[in-house]
Amino acid sequence: MSNNESHITSYALNFKVLLVLLILTTITILVIKAHLGAFTVAVALTLASIKCAIVLTYFMHLKFESLILRLMVGGVFLLFAIIIVITFIDYYFR
Amino acid sequence: MSTTDHNAHSEHSEYIDSDTGKMGMWLFLFTELFLFGGLFIVYAVMRSKYGEDFHHAALELNAFIGATNTVVLLVSSMTVAMSLTAIQKKQKNLAIGLIFFTILLAGVFLVNKYFEYGHKFALNLYPGSDVMRNLPHGEIMFFGLYFLMTGLHLFHVVVGGILLTIIMLKIKSGRINEEHFLLHENGALYWHLVDLIWIFLFPLLYLIT
Repeated sequence: MSNNESHITSYALNFKVLLVLLILTTITILVIKAHLGAFTVAVALTLASIKCAIVLTYFMHLKFESLILRLMVGGVFLLFAIIIVITFIDYYFR
Repeated sequence: MSTTDHNAHSEHSEYIDSDTGKMGMWLFLFTELFLFGGLFIVYAVMRSKYGEDFHHAALELNAFIGATNTVVLLVSSMTVAMSLTAIQKKQKNLAIGLIFFTILLAGVFLVNKYFEYGHKFALNLYPGSDVMRNLPHGEIMFFGLYFLMTGLHLFHVVVGGILLTIIMLKIKSGRINEEHFLLHENGALYWHLVDLIWIFLFPLLYLIT
């Protein structure tokens, strides 16, 4: 796919994505200030991951990229998740 | 990817393959992910080890400045994405304006950081200071990670700002246009990465106490 055929994201979509991200940020702040105890970190990280996925999909245009690129990005994030899990298994059970 | 038109090839001396160029940028972004990812893992392990110290130390951070900078980065992420839309729609001046606005927001981020770090330094709270050396071990770890992670992120903001300035000048001179905007795309990707890292830094350092 050359530049001429590449997808153009509309201004409206960019603005909607920003609104969603701002709403999620507000929710994150409210949830953490509400002191949910043990769930706080889990909720904050889940919301951050959702925001991360939205930025990757729309701002970074992954939705409109080739399959190979999407598989690469997905694979690297999977690798990163595995590394975190293995590190913590090592840390807790050594 | 082999369909890059031959007209472009003859008009311009350089051959631009946008797909592989973008893939190269992504490979670089992967290395950035693991650079910061390693630090996040250190943070997670230290947090589980020194929960109480991390709690006390995190109260010291200014969540308001953190939240302001979050909004600044999110808005700047949108404006840089919009500038790419503008260049593709041949709206050259709008593209320049949006990039300029993004650079301004990067400046706002830096000014906020100046006040944030300035306050820490006024309290003699910086790596190696007497105050910090006498803190409990977990708090030293927290502030050490705080300065390292936000500092490394700050460095990326500065580099991103320089990159966006180069892109703005190239749009002005017409070297980046509706046909050739690979550098613009990659610069935007880099700027979004800066935003992505902050999305995780903000709740982990500033919010969770």
